[in-house]
Amino acid sequence: MTRAAYQLLIVEDDPAIRSVLRALLQGEGYRVVEAETAARAIIEARSHKPDLLLVDLGLPDTDGVSAIREVRSWSPVPIIVLSARSMEDHKIAALDAGADDYVTKPFSAPELLARVRAGLRRRSQGTQQPATLALGPVSIDLANRQARGPLGDIHLTPLEYRVLDCLAREAGMVVRQRRLLREVWGPDREDDARGLRVCIKYLRDKLEPDPKRPRYLLTETGLGYRLRSDAEAR
Amino acid sequence: MIEVRPDPDQLLAHVQEEEARARRGRLRIFFGASAGVGKTYAMLEAARNLRATGADVVVGYVQPHGRVETERLLEGLERLPMQMVQYRGIVRHELDLDALLERRPAIVLVDELAHSNPVGAEPPPRHPKRWQDIEELRDAGIDVWTTVNVQHLESLNDLVAQITGIRQRETVPDRVFDEADAIELIDLPPDDLLARLRAGKVYIPDEAATALERFFRTPNLMALRELALRRVADRVEAAARALPTNRTRARLAADRVMVAVGPDQQAEQLVRAGKRLADALDAEWTVVYVETPRLLRLSAVDRNRRIDVLRLAESLGGETVTLDGPTAVATLVEYAQTRHATRVIVGAPKRRGWRAWLRPSTSTQLVRQAQGFDVLIVAAAGQGAIARPPGTPTVGDAPPIRWNRYGWALATTLVCTGIAFFLYPHFELANLVMVYLLGVTVAGLRFGRGPSVMTALLNVAAFDFFFVPPRFTFAIADVQYVVTFAVMLIVALVIANLVASVRQQTRVAGARERRTALLYAMSRELAATRGIANMAQVAVRHVAEVFQCQAVVLLPDADGKLRYPRDAALDKSFRHADLAVAQWVADHGRQAGLGTDTLPAAPGLYMPLGDADRRLGVLAVLVENVRRVLLPEQRHLLETFAGQIGLALERARLAEAAEEASLAAERETLRNTLLASISHDLRTPLAVMAGAGSTLAERGAGLDEATRVSLARSIETKAQEMSELVSNVLDLMRFESGKVTLRRDWQTLDDLTGAALQAAQSRLGRRAIDIRLPPDLPPLYVDATLVTQLLINLFDNVAKYTGPDARLTISAVADGAFVRVCVDDEGPGLPPGDPRRLFDKFQRGQGEGVVVGVGLGLAICQAIVRAHGAQIEAQRRPGGGARFEFTLPATGS
Repeated sequence: MTRAAYQLLIVEDDPAIRSVLRALLQGEGYRVVEAETAARAIIEARSHKPDLLLVDLGLPDTDGVSAIREVRSWSPVPIIVLSARSMEDHKIAALDAGADDYVTKPFSAPELLARVRAGLRRRSQGTQQPATLALGPVSIDLANRQARGPLGDIHLTPLEYRVLDCLAREAGMVVRQRRLLREVWGPDREDDARGLRVCIKYLRDKLEPDPKRPRYLLTETGLGYRLRSDAEAR
Repeated sequence: MIEVRPDPDQLLAHVQEEEARARRGRLRIFFGASAGVGKTYAMLEAARNLRATGADVVVGYVQPHGRVETERLLEGLERLPMQMVQYRGIVRHELDLDALLERRPAIVLVDELAHSNPVGAEPPPRHPKRWQDIEELRDAGIDVWTTVNVQHLESLNDLVAQITGIRQRETVPDRVFDEADAIELIDLPPDDLLARLRAGKVYIPDEAATALERFFRTPNLMALRELALRRVADRVEAAARALPTNRTRARLAADRVMVAVGPDQQAEQLVRAGKRLADALDAEWTVVYVETPRLLRLSAVDRNRRIDVLRLAESLGGETVTLDGPTAVATLVEYAQTRHATRVIVGAPKRRGWRAWLRPSTSTQLVRQAQGFDVLIVAAAGQGAIARPPGTPTVGDAPPIRWNRYGWALATTLVCTGIAFFLYPHFELANLVMVYLLGVTVAGLRFGRGPSVMTALLNVAAFDFFFVPPRFTFAIADVQYVVTFAVMLIVALVIANLVASVRQQTRVAGARERRTALLYAMSRELAATRGIANMAQVAVRHVAEVFQCQAVVLLPDADGKLRYPRDAALDKSFRHADLAVAQWVADHGRQAGLGTDTLPAAPGLYMPLGDADRRLGVLAVLVENVRRVLLPEQRHLLETFAGQIGLALERARLAEAAEEASLAAERETLRNTLLASISHDLRTPLAVMAGAGSTLAERGAGLDEATRVSLARSIETKAQEMSELVSNVLDLMRFESGKVTLRRDWQTLDDLTGAALQAAQSRLGRRAIDIRLPPDLPPLYVDATLVTQLLINLFDNVAKYTGPDARLTISAVADGAFVRVCVDDEGPGLPPGDPRRLFDKFQRGQGEGVVVGVGLGLAICQAIVRAHGAQIEAQRRPGGGARFEFTLPATGS
């Protein structure tokens, strides 16, 4: 597998959490580099050129957010933030600063690994969107704008395709509501959440096996949406 | 009062304050019969002796005036620089009070106790009199040595004036002298004094040089020496009487001296006589002024004299009372009897001859009616106006004469004449007289005394001119009409007088009643007002209305510094009150400003609110008419108002303290419960984790795969539970501290429910979930994170209290501006008791046991729903199970 080639940088000051993360990730075959401080993290990121960063927000020197901003200024490397639930504001600030996704502490191993996989996948495919998308029994040909379910063809509006495009490009990762609105509706409609909600509702009605309990089009409360493809929805 | 646990720092400060009060500075007076006896010399010599022993003695104010002896004695003593003040274009040296308070010596020398500070100087002095400066020094715990001559004592002032023919303007209240801790009499025989004088060893101010010849004569000096010796002897006797061994000897008959004063020039003399008599009898004394209708007619100047007289009496230590009644005598007798006065002092009758026979003077009548008390009649002494205390503002002028009333009086005569013309052909002249008398009565009732007297005169003239034959002349045919005129005039005048008196008294009584009613109105409104700031506003409004002034209630902030209220000022707010003066008033618990001892030249009057222990603030008023605060009864009324306001503020403060205490108690209980609950709910999972972890670490190799996984899983689940618990506690703390701000946005309930179900999925397990949300449900305007949390908590609740196969139903309906959401389950239902109790903190469906959580979940739910301005309730479902029903806002704003 190509996994062996991937190198991850863990930025975390707590040695216990570091050792858990190291055990977990090395067990999955990744190579791991560690940094205890934000300053160290920036040096390691420059010298090792990791494929993905796992950044804890509470660091002893500067906060993780400024480290993220610094790294993001010269590298598109995927960054996943580790945050506690009581730090909603920090989480949003980190995403605004350029982090790609977040995992809430305490996290479960499968959840963390899924996020890491999604981040690495996005890195390997770049901004190119996948041609097809498989959501359970539904398969969608994004290039040709065709969707097929178990009961036959599904009609999606151009707006719904564009929302789906946007989510699929970042499959497995959180997409900020503002970004969706800007890319699909245009920059002047960034605050109009109602249209987006209605659109997501229709997409769920058409694509989800149980629209009331979505499995693929997930809501990230207060942030946006996440498209979980079959690979993770086990 | 509810006891709040006292702060040790506060306690310490309080104790120190008490000690400081107990350690009030001692006053030592070097007392002499006249200038030149060597008081300053003696004081300085004593100071030098004390200084030699190392005592902290400082010269605060001693003017050598070029005397070599004094100058020599001052050498080697620490002299504090004096304050230079500008007064009428010249620079004067005055005592620097603030510098002294700053320096805080053990003993300070301040010469010339009777000195008056220049009130109009720049910078203005704090007090008009030096003895007040000395009081403040003593209040600060500094011992003061000073000098004074007998002629400066207030109660001896007029006696000295009679002896020497020179009236001393600078006086000291006897109280200051009596309260001194030590009096040192400096005695010098008159011959020696005259010798010193001739040798130029006595300082005489230039302006007094002309009086020198008259003053420094042996008979004068002997009389003064006798006065001084007697005063000191009295003091020694009083001290002996005050000894504990003599205390048991009760006063045989408690004397009470009552001084009846009128508005005349003798009043001041009477007050001093009363003071001396009361001192001699060791009795309490009261100065009474009776406001009769006759006195109400006096000119403003005469009426205002009593203000000065009554203030003099108060400064001499007497009580003052202003009474009102129809006649002075009746009122005085009644008051003397109710207060059990034994001696009543009145001035000698002034009316002589037939006038005295016709209208006996008050003192004459009092002697006739005296019962149970002696009447002392004091002969009038030479004329002498009261030396007005410097800086006392002059009281306003007499009210203007209302000329239009005289016009109305004339009109009354014309109307009477008109009616008489109409009646003339049919009635006798005697009946016409009645019409005219009726006119006088009406005029008296409506227009007051002057106009009614004019009506009486005009009516007689009109009757004569128009009706008495020969008509249309003032001539009289029949002499008997002279009698008619005389009787008519007398009757008319008597009626005019009586009616006007009644009218005046009704007006005075009405005004008094009105003021009482106003006081009552304020008290009532204050009682109904909550909060100190609101009370202050109510108080300002009432005080401003009653006293026709601008007013403000200054309240202390947390540091005890007075501040202007933050609320918008009322129309009648006193906007430029001097906060420094107000602070002084609050700190010393004494009045200051207009008409008081302290800063009498200030435009405003400042009254402390609350008693000495609890200074609650200061009431500052700026009156338009200074009479409003200078008249003693007005002043007392204002003090009553201040007292009422102080009581109300005290009540509010106590209420606030009580509320704080109960809040603190509630917080304490909450903290205890929280600790108890958390310690249980944290220990259990921690025990599991520690046990499982150590087993894995030590025996891991010997265990089979399945056991290892199960141990690891138990660590994972317990850690999850603890995480939930900690999150809940933190969430609730955030809500309790009020730091939660809603980030509202448009959300669909589908979306939120979906997210919550996803988060709670692992805990809900395989329970069937039935979601019944109508497709046309309006979007919600809520904080998505919080509402998701709300739903998760409710789902968790279901997971905790229902069996693994129980069904969970989520339904919603639009309800006006809200959406009503129901979460139903098929579990055991609610525990017995009031379902509302479930939302209290630390409530659980079942007692402590296997169910995890401290019972915060529903409390958080309630906090979230309430933050959205909505409601949540728990119900028992008819078919069994529980229903949690809540509303969420569906529209913005």
